[in-house]
Amino acid sequence: MTVDVIQHASGDDAERTRMVWFAGIVVGLLALVPLIASRYALSVLILVFYFAYVGQAWNIMMGFAGQLSLGHALYIGIGAYVPALLWLHLGMSPILGLFAGMAAAMLIAAAIGWLGFRFGIEGVYFALLTIAFSEVARVAVDHIPFAGGAGGLFLPVPAANKATVLNLDGGPLLYYYITLAMAVAATALVAWLARSRHGYIWRAIREDPQAAETLGINLFSAKMRAILLSAAMTSVAGVVNAFYYRNLFPAQSFDMSRSLELILAPIIGGLGTVLGPVVGAFILTPAGEALIAVTHRMGLNAPGTKGVIYGLILMAMICLKPEGVWPWIARKLRLGDRA
Amino acid sequence: MTLLAVDGVTKRFKGLTAVDAVSFAVGNGEIYAVIGPNGAGKTTLFSMIAGALKPDAGTVTFAGARIDGLRPDQIALSGIGRTFQIVRPFPSMTVVDNLMVGSLLRHTNMSTARAKADAILARLDLFSQRAKLARELTLPDRKRLEVARALATEPTVLLLDEVMAGLRPTEVDRMVAILRSINAESGTTIILIEHVMRAVMALANRVLVLHHGARIAEGKPGDIVKDPEVIRSYLGTEVLD
Amino acid sequence: MNIGLLLNVAVQGLTTGLVYGLMALGLSVIFGVVRIVNFAHGEFAVVGMYAAFLLFQAFGLDPIYAAIPIAGLFFLIGFALQKVVINPFVGRPEHEQFILLVAVAMIILNLLLMAFGPDGRPINLSYALDSYLVGPLIIDKVRLISSAAALVMSLGLFAFFRLTATGTAIRACTDNLTGAAVVGLDVKTLYAYTCGIGLACVGAAGAMMITIVDVAPTLAPGYTLLAFTIVIIGGLGSLTGALVGGVLIGVSEALMGYYFQPSMKSMFSFLLLILVLAVRPQGLMGTRQ
Repeated sequence: MTVDVIQHASGDDAERTRMVWFAGIVVGLLALVPLIASRYALSVLILVFYFAYVGQAWNIMMGFAGQLSLGHALYIGIGAYVPALLWLHLGMSPILGLFAGMAAAMLIAAAIGWLGFRFGIEGVYFALLTIAFSEVARVAVDHIPFAGGAGGLFLPVPAANKATVLNLDGGPLLYYYITLAMAVAATALVAWLARSRHGYIWRAIREDPQAAETLGINLFSAKMRAILLSAAMTSVAGVVNAFYYRNLFPAQSFDMSRSLELILAPIIGGLGTVLGPVVGAFILTPAGEALIAVTHRMGLNAPGTKGVIYGLILMAMICLKPEGVWPWIARKLRLGDRA
Repeated sequence: MTLLAVDGVTKRFKGLTAVDAVSFAVGNGEIYAVIGPNGAGKTTLFSMIAGALKPDAGTVTFAGARIDGLRPDQIALSGIGRTFQIVRPFPSMTVVDNLMVGSLLRHTNMSTARAKADAILARLDLFSQRAKLARELTLPDRKRLEVARALATEPTVLLLDEVMAGLRPTEVDRMVAILRSINAESGTTIILIEHVMRAVMALANRVLVLHHGARIAEGKPGDIVKDPEVIRSYLGTEVLD
Repeated sequence: MNIGLLLNVAVQGLTTGLVYGLMALGLSVIFGVVRIVNFAHGEFAVVGMYAAFLLFQAFGLDPIYAAIPIAGLFFLIGFALQKVVINPFVGRPEHEQFILLVAVAMIILNLLLMAFGPDGRPINLSYALDSYLVGPLIIDKVRLISSAAALVMSLGLFAFFRLTATGTAIRACTDNLTGAAVVGLDVKTLYAYTCGIGLACVGAAGAMMITIVDVAPTLAPGYTLLAFTIVIIGGLGSLTGALVGGVLIGVSEALMGYYFQPSMKSMFSFLLLILVLAVRPQGLMGTRQ
């Protein structure tokens, strides 16, 4: 029996060390990519890192704590508008504004969480609740003049001598490293959470809330932690959104299609796993770009082509491999089921 | 010394009185059995003690403090562990991870929690399966897992709901031995709902008999099986042979 | 305050609301029985709208009449959809079912975009500008006819569920699924019938809707949410609740649009949804399940 203990423990550690080395090498390579990549490739990778990041944020709430939010665009929108407005009207650096956005997002998340978890609104109803909040925000911001309203909010490019990292003004190169860092940080956080007490508690809740309670788990506070963390993380993506594209429209920022697009990567990659959202983002985004290129070449220029194919992929995934692509790959690579 | 006192506890479900003013007290370190026909209100009683249901009347007192009306997690924290009649392991988590969810209640350090979990697994003969997913286990193993997981929270009182159901006689004996050793070594008070009389006779210090939600007898196992009321409503005359 | 104008706005909301109600009825039937969240509900409604549009363009068929064959077609589609696609998902985790229908919605919406483009298409009915004068009320002929048709179809549905054997069997499934199975009802096939009926309502509602609203693919998500809002507010498991909810939402949207701005009309519905979810999740007329 003692031999088993030693073997198993070192098996865990050896696996983990291998994973960390592997991840380190990949990140290192990615950091070097801008030396050889085209501007277009960089912009695609920025999207990959962006979706990996928000995917991880959503993964914490759904993959770990099991709470289905279909209105996550709400936090992106808040995280985008608040810092943008602070910068526009008060000249506040987005690096500071980011925290204001986070606070605002967490406040709203607390309201949603309180309504949902205190009143026992679960599953589908909870998902609808999150959609309702997002839609209310969309319509509301549409009608707030100083936020630009439906016409949109535009962030002017600062004059050359004022453009600094503090203003988050830079081309794709700056945002490449920002989003790469965000994706790496998010994945590291999720990896840590998965093995931490929080991770165990969330997974127990996801598997069987009632049984979890008999083991002393306070469902309300655990779920609140999940939604607050997820919202805070997601709001940071909003800042990037705002300052990279430099324009914001309520119809885009808060729209349900935004909420749906950010759940694709974690679902296809693998919910509740550490690398699932990353793998999902790496598959979906380039595939999407490739699809557009291919369909254009075939003469299918109609808007919506990409959507149909994404929908078919999603459907195939959920029917054939609902646990996602990554767990399947991980098993083949013998990397353990929770990597 | 009384550890858990249930006093006049009642539960009604829309016209059906599932538990009817039941009172009993369990002493520290006792093994106390609750028996009775199906529908007698035994699981409902457990659910009220464990906090899953609120009593419509009556009180539940644990270590001198009232616990009726508290949330299940608060009651678990105060030291009452519980298993379910139909076992509820966390299916896609490994055996050891299942236990860790329990041991993390008392130990925030991950390695300590894991060590405690491993110790309990060894005690319950599940260590060799620690890396298996819970859903891959056979029923007897799942039953032991359910008990192990509850034990991981280091409870003062363990509520076991028909933990012998579906086990073969040899497995029943094994479980009885495990429960006896837990009670003897850690002093854990055990309250068990059981139909398997073999286990009740082997384990219980005292037995409570429920019928139609009401208490009809309480006493030592040897006395209970001779009680005419108990024989009439539940045991049947075969048990006298 | 101009009472006459207010009444007109309210009546407009009422008539639209009845059509909404029929659409929500379809969802109530599907959601209430099969317990699958049909996230593609609005998409099917819009397909119904386009179907009526095409029939009108090709044959000059009045959408209200077209509603009948469209309902029949959608029944078959719903039946097949349930049997082939959804039934395998019935035991699976909720979020997987949800995602399945999100995928279906995505496919349908984008196919519509590919086929018809994003712009709104109107239908030019000969009587589009006719209206009836009833006291201070000016009621559009199209609204009157479409809402009457919606009401008739809803009543037909009530009759079906109350009076026919299949309808009763389906209601049995809602009340007690295990019991229904034990008694020997072929649950999976009944689910297929239910989905068929539900989608038939949706298709018909779509056909009626196009007489009031120009059709565009982008309407779809809004209709899905609208249907859910109505079903939850009216109450799950209550067919009358769906109609009542529909009228309630229709009227409040119209009043919101009048007092504030048309673009804000959905906000009130969503705020009401949040309120209902928190305070009375079984809705106005539903049963707690």
